[in-house]
Amino acid sequence: MNQVTSFLRPAPLNTDVAVEMIGVNKWYGDFHVLRDINLKVMGGERIVICGPSGSGKSTLIRCINRLEEHQRGRILVDGVELLDDVKKIEEIRRDVGMVFQQFNLFPHLTVLENLTLAPIWVRHLPRREAEEIARHYLQRVKIPEQAEKFPGQLSGGQQQRVAIARALCMNPKIMLFDEPTSALDPEMVKEVLDAMNELANDGMTMLVVSHEMGFARQVANRIVFMDEGQIIEANTPEAFFASPQHERTKLFLSQILH
Amino acid sequence: MDAADSTKPKVSPLYDPKVRGIAYQVALCALIGVLVYGAISNAIENLTRAKIASGFGFWTTTAGFDINQTLIEYSNISTYGRAFWVGLLNTLLVAALGIVFATILGFAIGIARLSRNWLLARMAGVYVEVIRNIPLLLQLLFWYNAVLKALPEQLQESFIIPGGGFLNRRGLFLPQPVFGNGSGIAFVALILGIVAAIIFRIRIKRRHEQTGVRAPVFAIVLALVVVPPLVALALAGFPIDFIYPYPGRFNIQGGIEILPEFMALLFGLVIYTAAFIAEVVRAGLFAVSRGQTEAAYSLGLPTGPTLRLVVIPQAMRVIIPPLTSQYLNLTKNSSLAVAIGYPDLVQIFTGTVLNQTGQAVEVVTLTMAVYLTISLVTSLLMNLYDRRVALVER
Ligand SMILES: Nc1ncnc2c1ncn2[C@@H]1O[C@H](COP(=O)(O)OP(=O)(O)OP(=O)(O)O)[C@@H](O)[C@H]1O
Ligand SMILES: [Mg+2]
Repeated sequence: MNQVTSFLRPAPLNTDVAVEMIGVNKWYGDFHVLRDINLKVMGGERIVICGPSGSGKSTLIRCINRLEEHQRGRILVDGVELLDDVKKIEEIRRDVGMVFQQFNLFPHLTVLENLTLAPIWVRHLPRREAEEIARHYLQRVKIPEQAEKFPGQLSGGQQQRVAIARALCMNPKIMLFDEPTSALDPEMVKEVLDAMNELANDGMTMLVVSHEMGFARQVANRIVFMDEGQIIEANTPEAFFASPQHERTKLFLSQILH
Repeated sequence: MDAADSTKPKVSPLYDPKVRGIAYQVALCALIGVLVYGAISNAIENLTRAKIASGFGFWTTTAGFDINQTLIEYSNISTYGRAFWVGLLNTLLVAALGIVFATILGFAIGIARLSRNWLLARMAGVYVEVIRNIPLLLQLLFWYNAVLKALPEQLQESFIIPGGGFLNRRGLFLPQPVFGNGSGIAFVALILGIVAAIIFRIRIKRRHEQTGVRAPVFAIVLALVVVPPLVALALAGFPIDFIYPYPGRFNIQGGIEILPEFMALLFGLVIYTAAFIAEVVRAGLFAVSRGQTEAAYSLGLPTGPTLRLVVIPQAMRVIIPPLTSQYLNLTKNSSLAVAIGYPDLVQIFTGTVLNQTGQAVEVVTLTMAVYLTISLVTSLLMNLYDRRVALVER
């Protein structure tokens, strides 16, 4: 029991550097997707990344847990550098949760099994303990009654909340979100944003690719604007919305805020 | 107001889908009945005209021919019925071994084709493209005539296989174990070891679920299965003897003899079918979206468990129906044995027996019924398995 409670304790707010990207470059063949990315995310910080379609937002956050490989520059996650070492990469992935636009729940497993798979096979927790943790997080995303169902039987909003809970069950230090609400019907967006809000209040380090500007204004410490593979501008929400520095940012904001 | 059902508009029975469905089925059954009746009465009429006694009277008649591979006791004074069983067992033997090896090879090549290793993926691709585009019959002739018949004929030139075996044009000769007094105990020890291993596996799984502690399962299971029979054998003073094949006057004598016809057929079937199974497996793995792998990776699961726990269970649903038909193809293709002289059901029964008795209708019908039964049983087993993996969703 003691072990479980310690496992459930929210990550302490710290001032360490959670993610550091130094001069990161990436190409798809000839196509230069990421250009000289420099980004430092402190522990407990919440970053919202926005920008036009194809600007490299997904690629950037997918580099942080090595779903994509960068070719030049350095990426350090929680002080550990991402290199070709498979064991190191798996270690980093354990501590970095990810939520996808398309949910990517495992359709052949129940909700509970989705949540306990990695804790059992990666963290080697006993099943009973893994289930206890899973039910705790289902409670937190407000769908404790769906544990025995299969993902296909849930609404989009419920599925995305399961996906958040699934990532949290690994007790990650950092959470990555790639447009978590873009595939959802409008009435379901709020329930997912609420869950993310709560996570932010607990002090989770978050990198969120999103065009939900209301959420950004409310939750983000910094907003990062990307275009054509570059970080054009990074600022606090107040400054970002009140006085955008670059023409492209202004154009983007005028389009997205009407 | 009336109840809702009384206001429901009446549909003419002519347009009621349920009525129509039943009508179609009745019509189809009637049609098939007429066709079958016609075929049978026609055959009987022809046979009586040709004065061939119909029926299975020949079943208990002496066959009078030899068969060079028999899994059950048989000699040329055995009956035609006995020859049928010999042929059936030979077919089942090559089909069963073929299915097992083709599955292993096919999965390996299918997974290799999707490997990140360029050379491995390319080699697997070339294998599939070459093998599945050459007729199986040619491949069988190749293995039989170009490979196995090209082996040395002279006894002195036979390849010697380490451990006391020989390989030459007449086949593969391996030592045959003979179990003496006391080996029964080793056998019992083996069974007990297997039981212990199963119990151990169940308990270790339960312990893993309760405490999270994991043990080197494979090593311990292996030890449980291997050590007790070895100890029992040692205590009994190793009562197992081997009859080693030795070069006789005309041929290698003693030991187990594996015919070149059998090897050629097994090689051909396995290599050919594996190419198709590899394609089936590749398509199945492809059908699982990239997002599934990424989700598993992002949770820290390594490649192996990701394949085993996430990708393959989902791919299996796509794989099983075409895999079943590959199994059926392999079984049916085994009847090409006739081309290289492996004594399978077709070669013995619809070949020699049919020629000698002239009972074409009985022999061919029975043989077809046998293949149909084998196929239906295979399909049934695969469907049961399919239901097990499919039910998991929804
Ligand atoms: N595997 C790939 N191979 C080649 N090009 C790719 C690949 N993945 C992405 N790209 C290209 O890289 C660019 C950046 O893609 P990315 O998905 O990071 O954009 P994004 O900012 O997330 O866009 P969106 O808002 O549409 O999700 C796009 O132009 C895309 O076409
Ligand atoms: Mg994207």
